[in-house]
Amino acid sequence: MTTVGIVSYGAYIPRYRIRVGEIARVWNDDGEKVSRGLGVYEKSVPAMDEDTVTISVEAARTALENAGINPQDIGAVYVGSESHPYAVKPSATIVAEAIYATPDLTAADLEFACKAGTAGIQMCMGLVKAGYIKYGLAIGADTSQGKPGDALEYTASAGGAAYIIGRDKLIAEIKDTYSFTTDTPDFWRREGQEYPEHGQRFTGEPAYFRHVVSASKKIMERNKLKPEDFDHVVFHQPNGKFPKIAAKKLGFSDDQLNTGLLTPLIGNTYSGSSPLGLAAVLDEAKANQLILLTSYGSGAGSDSFIIKTTKGIEKRKNVRPVRQLVNRKEYIDYAIYAKFKGKIKGVALER
Amino acid sequence: MSKRIPLHWRLIPHRYRLLGSECKRCREKFFPKRTVCPNCRRRGQIEEVGFSGKGEIYSYTIIHVPSRGFEFLKPYVMALVKLTEGPLVTSQIVDCDPEEVDVGQKVMLTFRKISVDGSSGIIRYGYKFKPKTSLSL
Amino acid sequence: MARDVAVIGVGMTKFGEFWDRGYRSLITEAGSKAIIDARIDGKDIDAVYVGSMSPGRLIGQEHVGALVADYAGLVGVPAARVEAACSSGGLALHQAYLAIKSGLYDIVVVGGVEKMTDVSTEHATVALAGAADQEWEAFHGITFPGLYALMARRHMMDYGTTEEQISLISVKNHANGKLNPYAQYQYDVTLEDVMKSSMVADPLRLMHCSPITDGAATVVLASGEKAKKVCENPIWIKGSALATDTLSLHGRKSITKVEASAMAGKKAYQMAKVKPSKIDFAEVHDCFAIAEILAIESLGFCKIGKGGEMVENGETWIDSRIPINTSGGLKAKGHPVGATGIAQAIEATWQLRGQADKRQVKGAKTGLTQNVGGSGATCTVHIFSEEK
Repeated sequence: MTTVGIVSYGAYIPRYRIRVGEIARVWNDDGEKVSRGLGVYEKSVPAMDEDTVTISVEAARTALENAGINPQDIGAVYVGSESHPYAVKPSATIVAEAIYATPDLTAADLEFACKAGTAGIQMCMGLVKAGYIKYGLAIGADTSQGKPGDALEYTASAGGAAYIIGRDKLIAEIKDTYSFTTDTPDFWRREGQEYPEHGQRFTGEPAYFRHVVSASKKIMERNKLKPEDFDHVVFHQPNGKFPKIAAKKLGFSDDQLNTGLLTPLIGNTYSGSSPLGLAAVLDEAKANQLILLTSYGSGAGSDSFIIKTTKGIEKRKNVRPVRQLVNRKEYIDYAIYAKFKGKIKGVALER
Repeated sequence: MSKRIPLHWRLIPHRYRLLGSECKRCREKFFPKRTVCPNCRRRGQIEEVGFSGKGEIYSYTIIHVPSRGFEFLKPYVMALVKLTEGPLVTSQIVDCDPEEVDVGQKVMLTFRKISVDGSSGIIRYGYKFKPKTSLSL
Repeated sequence: MARDVAVIGVGMTKFGEFWDRGYRSLITEAGSKAIIDARIDGKDIDAVYVGSMSPGRLIGQEHVGALVADYAGLVGVPAARVEAACSSGGLALHQAYLAIKSGLYDIVVVGGVEKMTDVSTEHATVALAGAADQEWEAFHGITFPGLYALMARRHMMDYGTTEEQISLISVKNHANGKLNPYAQYQYDVTLEDVMKSSMVADPLRLMHCSPITDGAATVVLASGEKAKKVCENPIWIKGSALATDTLSLHGRKSITKVEASAMAGKKAYQMAKVKPSKIDFAEVHDCFAIAEILAIESLGFCKIGKGGEMVENGETWIDSRIPINTSGGLKAKGHPVGATGIAQAIEATWQLRGQADKRQVKGAKTGLTQNVGGSGATCTVHIFSEEK
């Protein structure tokens, strides 16, 4: 069986942050209570000249810098997001041009709520393993919009991570991938609508937990592995609570979860969520460590991956570690947040 | 008014990746690109060349009365960035407090939206620069 | 066979914001005044040159050479508009000079005109930004004050020029403008007024920037022979030069020197056979106050980097060593773009004729005008003299 895995990765989180308490102030909610309930304290906000494409390019460029490969050898670029700047015209081609992977490659944009990024990783794995391409680039990035006054406004944030998938020079091998997919309408956005809608408590058990737990259980079973065998686990993290509950349900400890849990400080980066969590883990991981990654996308599905780090991971370090990105920040208030996020009528970077 | 799609398309590699020119004869590098070497003219041998995106601030200003399309970014920093390879580039400096910018500061290439053609037209992406401090990424 | 060229008539409109005056009305007023001042008849006119930067964007009208000849009642006369951004006026003067030197034309009318207030200030600013590199400067968000601010900051760093020195120029030019009945602004400003005015592009403030203005200015040039026949006190153009530099500021060899001005100045001095020290006064292109410092340095009135000091020492006031911008400059007189270069020539003519009234430089015999396009991509320099 041909090995396939991660050659390198890169992450990007915008510099601005807004505290949950500041958002709560506007809606007369109890900020502390909200923070405790969600397990989220602040979230990242993109600048007015940033979007899913610019975030993807930054993450991809970092991944390339870490890889030291010729971008012309990238045979596929997939950008997974639910906030692509164009409804028609792929983000992937702009990214491909920006990193000089054009013109000999395939590209497409993906949408599967928060798991579009990991879906892209699977697609790259297929093309690489089948021998069609040497390297594939999969990106999960978002600048998700939260409806003002809605619970999701506290967590919808911006960020992304990029993965270069290949056959050799791997820092981590992807041993297996398995997905659990059903038609579950827990969270959606109709074409032309500005903000998504969701089924509130329905987004829990029948949605997030069913898919994350099922996918994780099945992939461990078929690989004859138990939670104790893993050094790290990364789940999709819509808030700071759900991943902890999933970990408990499956039998993982907080220690295994904590390295990859970023949402309390940067919010839910949607398609960037589990890819960024994985990047944070890879930043710290040692050689020959086992990682379980299970993403979740509403609509619904989970992609699960068993990842084993190689000796190579200790030699090729990430030039822009995720924790540094998390810690470099500037706080803004709700007015500036509304201005940056285009929530004020007539305010946009337009001519 | 601002359609000019072919014009913007032609400049994509140059704007996205800092693609410029080099005259193989006199070895001078140019950004933006040139078709005629100003030193060698007809004897010049112009070829495409990329730039690393590393540079330092040669001069800067903080724009308080913005150009059209940049109204909501004010105040924003415009600078002449001296690329390590030689040429000066006119560009915005982002990802920092305008008050922190100074001549001599090391900067690096970043990718941002430059301007947008209304709510239905194309988005024009391109180069901006950000400070290369250890925390600024 | 060398031909001399002289200014035999001048006329201009007041400069300002005129809701009730259009492009045609402005240029015909300036033109009529100049032709009457020259004491010639319409049938004596061999050609008309018009300097106008942006009629297309400002009033939606191209083909203004023909328009001006038409509305001046000169249908049939050769007419053409020339453009070099803010130095369109100086360029038109240079073209007329060349035309007469060639021997093909004897009497040429040169007008400069700009109608800037029919559009919003924002739109006028966009039109003006056409002087910069559209693809590599304007596209990225730089404004004109921004370009000059980049030059100012570097000049301050390299030579120790201060904000105070830059601001003194606005003070001086307003004091001069107060004495000029044609100026847009005829009031004094204090140093504090200038230094406290709102920031436009750090370090340039509102009071360092020339305004948006409507206006027209016209001169009549004649060959030496014709001038002697019709004119009692022709003012001779001893030097007329044009030079260019890279369109963009970032392409220049130095951003603190206006090389095009140095080159045009050198050529003009050579033609006129005079040194900078022989110049009794100069009208220079102070689109932004820092530009006046760059001008006096590039024209050799002081060493490079010493312009700020020269201003601070008061050497450029009307009764000083070398009066600069006795008309009030672009700052106080106003800057109807295409008209500026011609208005400078008119001030030089009035000074040399002894008709500058309260702004008169005593004993003025030789004057210089400098007109710059964009951030320094084009420059024209003219030297005028009482003597042939």
